[in-house]
Amino acid sequence: MFNKKHLALLASAGSLSLAGMATAQADTLEDTIERGAVQCGVSDGLPGFSAPDDDGNWQGIDVDVCRAVAAAVLGDSEAVNYISLNAVERFTALQSGEVDVLSRNTTWTTTRDTTLGLNFTGVTFYDGQGFMVSRDLGITGADELDGASICIQSGTTTELNLADYFRANDMEFNPIVFDTSEQTVGGYQAGRCDVLTSDTSQLAALRIQLDDPSASMILSDVISKEPLGPVVRQGDDLWFNIVKWSLFAMINAEEYGVTSENAEEMLNSEDPNIARLLGQDGNYGEGMNLEADWAYNIISQVGNYAESFDRNVGMGSPLEIERGVNALWTDGGFQYAPPIR
Amino acid sequence: MIHNKETIPQRPAPKGTIGPVAWLRGNLFNGPINSIFTLLGLYVLYLLVVPTVQWAFIDANWVGDSREDCTRVGACWVFVNARFSQFMYGLYPSEEYWRANIVFAMFAGIIAWMVIPRLPFKRWMTLFALLIFPVIAYVLLHGGYFDLPRVSTHRWGGLMLTLLLASVGMIGALPIGIVLALGRRSNMPIVKTFCVIFIEFWRGVPLITILFMASVMLPLFLPSELNVDRLIRALIGLTLFQSAYMAEVIRGGLQAIPKGQDEAAAALGMTYWKRMGLIVMPQALKMMIPGIVNTFISLFKDTTLVMIIGLFDLLGIVQAALSDSRWLGFSVEGYVFAAFVFWIFCFSMSRYSQYLERKLNTGHKH
Repeated sequence: MFNKKHLALLASAGSLSLAGMATAQADTLEDTIERGAVQCGVSDGLPGFSAPDDDGNWQGIDVDVCRAVAAAVLGDSEAVNYISLNAVERFTALQSGEVDVLSRNTTWTTTRDTTLGLNFTGVTFYDGQGFMVSRDLGITGADELDGASICIQSGTTTELNLADYFRANDMEFNPIVFDTSEQTVGGYQAGRCDVLTSDTSQLAALRIQLDDPSASMILSDVISKEPLGPVVRQGDDLWFNIVKWSLFAMINAEEYGVTSENAEEMLNSEDPNIARLLGQDGNYGEGMNLEADWAYNIISQVGNYAESFDRNVGMGSPLEIERGVNALWTDGGFQYAPPIR
Repeated sequence: MIHNKETIPQRPAPKGTIGPVAWLRGNLFNGPINSIFTLLGLYVLYLLVVPTVQWAFIDANWVGDSREDCTRVGACWVFVNARFSQFMYGLYPSEEYWRANIVFAMFAGIIAWMVIPRLPFKRWMTLFALLIFPVIAYVLLHGGYFDLPRVSTHRWGGLMLTLLLASVGMIGALPIGIVLALGRRSNMPIVKTFCVIFIEFWRGVPLITILFMASVMLPLFLPSELNVDRLIRALIGLTLFQSAYMAEVIRGGLQAIPKGQDEAAAALGMTYWKRMGLIVMPQALKMMIPGIVNTFISLFKDTTLVMIIGLFDLLGIVQAALSDSRWLGFSVEGYVFAAFVFWIFCFSMSRYSQYLERKLNTGHKH
């Protein structure tokens, strides 16, 4: 994944000078309504984030962002054209207008936010580098890994982060480097190392591929910051707001306990927060040129953040990733959405 | 004198010289060294075949619809089974599969018609295949006409897309290649220079670079209203790349025709196009069959490179399926299936080319 980032940077550098040109079509909302579908850039297959299911429908936590935007704008979460993009071409596709939302496990960094003519609208998943160890070892935290042999994929920032972490904590480690993620998991399986390191979302996918997934566990410690979120073009603030608040609506819905199941009965809720969220008290979609029921459409068709998380990457999915830092702020996590009022 | 009118019936050959035993003795066990190698070979074969058969057939799981139906001891063909229609049609909407099926059937019909020698009207069929069929295929697959719902090209994929890329590449590259090859041998300096530059440029750049330029850089240079479909961009890149290779194969064939033939035809008063069309090309094309088929086969496999520009060809859709969290870890099955499909197509092409060579007697065996 990460060695592609260098290529991506190169390609982006080439397109830098052109980034300004691509902001010509400023009215993405109007174009989307006219087209009747949201143009959404997703990955070419990443477990739990965006991948086609058996029936050919895209599924994943990144996909749900696009479905939410479609529900808010068009009232139909299925009105999305998915365009699969690799790591290198994703920004070009957004800049050139081929896609209007890029929701493709993209890490929010200064360079990307400030030099590519793009805007990150929020964080769908706080990822970060973690460790997978065999349960037999009885290790509970990353600080107990002194002297461990660690399986790692070469040429990635993961390698760099790992060295930094061990140096900072004055610990020793023995890196065992592989070329591909399949080889890495093979090496771990064969017992060539005690620990496997990668981004936590990746670790979950790698764990499933082991012969006995339950014999390994993912440590809760995370040693790097990889906030993943949707991206839009700069220069269309209306669209930026729509994408941003589509995600906020999902997070707020979780906080107020509104789910796709109970959204309809919640329409009669006495709670002013819920009434405002569902458009029963004032029209908060007005500022985005949306109908008052924009958030209701998102929640009833896509679900709230917890439902999306659980269905795609959480306990309701084969990946079984813990909420961890992705829990709501009220539960000790980072997910916090500004209030709707 | 006794005269026997009956011919003495032929006696069977001595027991030791016929039958499988004799064949074995003659070919596999004639001498100690050959016997040792035979046994060694059999042992290696045993080591390879037994686990493969065990994995692919005996221990394999065939029925089911989720990963729980797989024991993971042998191959999990459940995965391929569950995804089969996706491997064939990509993300094409399932209620519209019939449209792709019609195109598949027509395509197979045209191929069969061309390949079976007894069937008449080959010339009309060729015209139909080149002029009318693409239109029908486009209307059916893409829709938007005659009340057919539109299916945009980013939902096309699987074997359908692989075949589409390969056949458009092949059919487009052959005429362009012929023109380029003739141009390169032309006496007209501008035509010649243009052809040389074109061929050397496209041949000098890796296909992956061309696809990459077409998908990543090109949209930045075009005005944003002009959004050329990425499939079209890939097709154009692929065809131009392939035509440069085709031109060189054809030029090789042209050079094998003695100059005297061309000169004799000129002496008879034939024009350039008549000389090429009636004298040189028919002989040259016959000789070029192995080269052309070779190029086709390599193009067929090269189409998998479109994966890097986010088009889901057969291999791409297999990889996308592997990243579904419900089917993680079945990469071997997926790749084996893709390899098998590719092998079927490439092997058939290669057999057909051998048949054509025999039929046209291109080896000039006297």
